Amino acid sequence: MSTLLDISHIDMVFDTPKGPFTALKGVDLKIAKGEFVSLIGHSGCGKSTVLNIVAGLLQASSGGVILNGREVSEPGPDRAVVFQNHSLLPWLTAYQNVELAVKQVFGRTKGKAEIKEWIEHNLQLVHMDHAMHKRPDEISGGMKQRVGIARALAMQPEILLMDEPFGALDALTRAHMQDSLMEIQQELNNTVIMITHDVDEAVLLSDRIVMMSNGPAATVGEILEINLERPRGRLELAQDPEYTRLRSEVLKFLYEKQRKVEPMVKPRVRKKVQESRQHEAA
Amino acid sequence: MTDASVVSQSVNEGKSSPLSFLAGLGIAVNPGKVFSTVLMPIIGIVVFLLIWSGAARNIDTSLGKFPGPVVVWEQFGSLYQEHVTEREKAEAFYQRQEKRNAARVAKDPDYVPKIRAYTGKETFLDQIATSLVTVMSGFLLAALVAIPLGIAIGLNKTLNAAVNPIIQIFKPVSPLAWLPLVTMVVSALYISPDPLVAKSFLNSMITVMLCCLWPMVINTSVGVSSLDRDLINVSRVLRLPALKHVQKIVLPASVPMIFTGMRLSLGVAWMVLIAAEMLAQNPGLGKFVWDEFQNGSSNSLARIMVAVIVIGVIGFGLDRAMLAIQRFASWDKSKATH
Repeated sequence: MSTLLDISHIDMVFDTPKGPFTALKGVDLKIAKGEFVSLIGHSGCGKSTVLNIVAGLLQASSGGVILNGREVSEPGPDRAVVFQNHSLLPWLTAYQNVELAVKQVFGRTKGKAEIKEWIEHNLQLVHMDHAMHKRPDEISGGMKQRVGIARALAMQPEILLMDEPFGALDALTRAHMQDSLMEIQQELNNTVIMITHDVDEAVLLSDRIVMMSNGPAATVGEILEINLERPRGRLELAQDPEYTRLRSEVLKFLYEKQRKVEPMVKPRVRKKVQESRQHEAA
Repeated sequence: MTDASVVSQSVNEGKSSPLSFLAGLGIAVNPGKVFSTVLMPIIGIVVFLLIWSGAARNIDTSLGKFPGPVVVWEQFGSLYQEHVTEREKAEAFYQRQEKRNAARVAKDPDYVPKIRAYTGKETFLDQIATSLVTVMSGFLLAALVAIPLGIAIGLNKTLNAAVNPIIQIFKPVSPLAWLPLVTMVVSALYISPDPLVAKSFLNSMITVMLCCLWPMVINTSVGVSSLDRDLINVSRVLRLPALKHVQKIVLPASVPMIFTGMRLSLGVAWMVLIAAEMLAQNPGLGKFVWDEFQNGSSNSLARIMVAVIVIGVIGFGLDRAMLAIQRFASWDKSKATH
């Protein structure tokens, strides 16, 4: 398979008041067309930074991202992003939110009727056609995220970037969304990078899981190939020994090799907390 | 059914019957709500009227006793009656003029009839209208300047740094301090043989505008600059051009804050306008109050009290109207409650 996206030798250094902070060091990753890749790691390891660099929302300090043979320098609809907290415009209906994206991307190439049809098609894909004309505050969190996905899909991106898309949802809704996503994925065969905290989600959805080491200077730790047959069903997989093995591989990486050894509250912080409490009492 | 339940039912019926017209209008009548939204305010007003009339009876001024509610109510009527009489006079004046003109034209076909305007005294209702027109024009003019300025400041940190000190210094200045300057500048610059609007109107309007400006600029710029980072990212991923970014993302996102600024400034504007009219002798409710004070008749205090009540009611009405517009126009209903 040919490489669609090449993340090569990325370093990311942030300027902080305490001096430069190296968040990422030498991140390398090649992604083929039609591949579903999950990024997993402890919070603060720079997963989102990698995704934002691919999206063009952040500029890498060194190294670069090449999409289809061209270097990425700014954000664009060819790398649609599904944000963690849906990021729908609250004053627009589901339809209008998708419309804004479609008009921006296809406004010149598609006719009026075609645009309408395309918006409706994408909302149907995420099973939101029944609530097209509702505004975000009138629908549930899962439904908002569905609209967010429809908006991203409607841009027909080269690669779909998902930043913990189901992180804010309850477990049952999350399972529904994962099933929907697999269904859509089977139909469209998009190239996807998804950030997740959820080991089951990563194993269930991905072709490859990229496990990142802890920061500072985080980088790609291990890559796990998931060769489970598709379509995958969560019930059948629960019995599958291969699934269990893959799952424990990820867990081992996260909780043995990259275990976070910090105490819950750092001693210095604890002292500060005490001081502020005394201050309040006084 | 026991006797007790029958009794309580009839009591409930007795309570809700005066309000049954509300139910007829499709407004659900809930006894608990009726108590807090209708009954308590009425009790509050009655107690206030009692205290007022009690206090009024014990205050002697050089213009007679302080007016109680009854006297003030009578003045409401007489002020309205004066308005009607004045209008009838005007009507009669125009009719006489028409007749006279018709007679002259009949005598001399070349004569071009002139209509002279009636120049009677402005009534209380005229003053109300003048004040309302002044406050609305000053307010709209301020909105026209303040909202674009606020958006520009909110979008551009450099511009904000440059403009912010000026805003911070002028914001706490009472617009009345500007009034003499405004008056002088208007009389120096607004010279026209056939003025479209009176100078006094311009003076009050500009004063109102000056005080409306700051709350609107500040709220708009805060609304724009506190735009959700994610929405900005959406706009960047879509590569919205600058103008479309403002139109589709920035402006709608800051509408709730813009309305907050508009409501604040309208409230302040109404208060300032009355004071400005008093100070500058510009036509309007403020001038009415001042004229009555200078007039010093036995009715004056009651008439001023009428003006006070009317000013209060209009101020409240303006705020409610703004709220209604906000409810209609803003997507964020949670910010448009009271």
